[in-house]
Amino acid sequence: MANSLLMQRRITNAAARVLATLAAMIGIFWLIWILWTTFSKGLPVLKWGLFTQLTPPPGSDGGLLNAFVGSILMSGLAVLIGTPIGIGAGTYLAEYARHTKLGETIRFVNDILLSAPSIVMGLFVYTITVRQVGHFSGYAGAIALAFIVLPVVVRTTDEMLQLVPSTMREASLALGVPQHKVIRQVLFRASMSGILTGVLLALARITGETAPLLFTALNNPYWSTNMNQPMANVPVVIFQYAMSPYEYWHALAWAGAFVMTMLVLMLGIISRIILLRNRRHDAQ
Amino acid sequence: MLDVKTAVMDPLVRLDRRDRRADKFFRLAVQSCAIFVLIALLGAALSMLIGGREAFSTFGWKFLWSKDWDPVQKQFGALIPIYGTLVTSLLAMIFAVPISFGIAIFLTEIAPRWMRLPIASAIDLLAGIPSIIYGMWGLFIFAPFMGAHVDPWLNSHWGSLPVIGALFRGPNMGLGMLTAGVVLAVMVIPFIAAVMREVFSTVPSPLKESAYALGSTTWEVVWNVVLPYTRSAVTGGIFLGLGRALGETMAVTFVLGNTHRLAASLLEPGNSIAATIANEFTEADSSLYLSSLIALGFLLFVVTFIVLTIARLMLRRMARLEGN
Repeated sequence: MANSLLMQRRITNAAARVLATLAAMIGIFWLIWILWTTFSKGLPVLKWGLFTQLTPPPGSDGGLLNAFVGSILMSGLAVLIGTPIGIGAGTYLAEYARHTKLGETIRFVNDILLSAPSIVMGLFVYTITVRQVGHFSGYAGAIALAFIVLPVVVRTTDEMLQLVPSTMREASLALGVPQHKVIRQVLFRASMSGILTGVLLALARITGETAPLLFTALNNPYWSTNMNQPMANVPVVIFQYAMSPYEYWHALAWAGAFVMTMLVLMLGIISRIILLRNRRHDAQ
Repeated sequence: MLDVKTAVMDPLVRLDRRDRRADKFFRLAVQSCAIFVLIALLGAALSMLIGGREAFSTFGWKFLWSKDWDPVQKQFGALIPIYGTLVTSLLAMIFAVPISFGIAIFLTEIAPRWMRLPIASAIDLLAGIPSIIYGMWGLFIFAPFMGAHVDPWLNSHWGSLPVIGALFRGPNMGLGMLTAGVVLAVMVIPFIAAVMREVFSTVPSPLKESAYALGSTTWEVVWNVVLPYTRSAVTGGIFLGLGRALGETMAVTFVLGNTHRLAASLLEPGNSIAATIANEFTEADSSLYLSSLIALGFLLFVVTFIVLTIARLMLRRMARLEGN
């Protein structure tokens, strides 16, 4: 009797271990499958013209130049808007409101913004910009992306500042340094690379972000750097091309998808390396 | 004597005052940034409520359960998108939760130490892949695979079962609720697995070691010690994944088929809130149509807000138990 119970426990345990290992393998399997698809479909159709030619009308050859430029402009502006506000808010949370009710509320709200559906943020920005002005624009796209950058930067700034040992604050304050200088010249410097990681992560997130751009920046088949006009961008162009019935548009979409994935993975790896180096630095 | 003293002190006093003013200003500046975060969330909710006002006032509560979606007759109801969102997210959870749990167990209890970081990083990479890539992969690779292999099998093996058979009878085209559910599952696995892994590794070793010392197997330790200890955070992680799944747009738009039809079968195409908005927003030709789409967005916002709030509260409870 006792023996059969032991047997049963062992079998359950073995099954659980096998299933858990299998689950991990399934996870890795999806990753490889999806990355392999992007490589095998995107790499063969990758050509130099992708970066030098404009998006083509149906039936002719072209590239994604205007989409790349639009994406870079809007992402750049989004980071420029989102980062300072994010660092400010994160600083407030970590330095002025660590245990206050207001601080806790804002932290909570920020966590929700962090995982809120991006399409909702897109709709929000649509109603406050496009609807007021009456037309789609690159600015609206950049603002929508900025709302996605914001919570990421707030979160990392808050966390990184909290990691700075309080002895640093106390030492500087004891020397009579005013608090704003302590924060800007001591704490920001100490947590610089951590905050930078946050900005990179945010950039990686908005690089592939499509949904909020659908009704803010829209798309533009022509060359345009006027941010007050509808603006081409890589994700929306990929979306439209992939949904189209034309083979060569599919090819362009895959090439764009390949470039985008590489960029996002690179940003992810760089920020990871910075984080790991930091941790090692701290450990020493 | 006195004059000399004030002459020396004066600049210092002035400097002190300037610093104090700068301090106040700096505090005010960062505080307004923080308040801005608060306003962003409130603004999002309010702006969509206002944008959806026309639809809400025209259709009233009927908007929630009417299955009409007819731009020509200007009749709009949210039932079909709501149904699609709930079904695909539920399917995603059914697939994602056990797999994430397995991954977390593997990474904290089973895998050799050198293997943990690389595999954890690989799973994390899944979270970094843009959702539009998932969508393209889903549309061009995964949906045809489902259509050629999985759907026919389900049709012939489970389609004739009583009651639940209706779920698995349908066209073998690969696009539909089931495919969307699987793609969503792959997308949320890294989020759920990351939370589970993190909290599993916070379980105090003495607890686990005591159980092992009493002769428990790995599974018994996980099920009877680790899981009870981390229950609230695990629930939080699952809700976090659910919040992601509910609002996911691009991937679902690619593989769901975008058909406004209520079908019992999981193999039939359908529609979700996010996909409806993404597909039809720029085509909306009347203000009522547009307002209905924004009203859909408001519903999505409310639902994800509730789900994410539950998630954060659960995660926070765990953090408080941990004592920080």
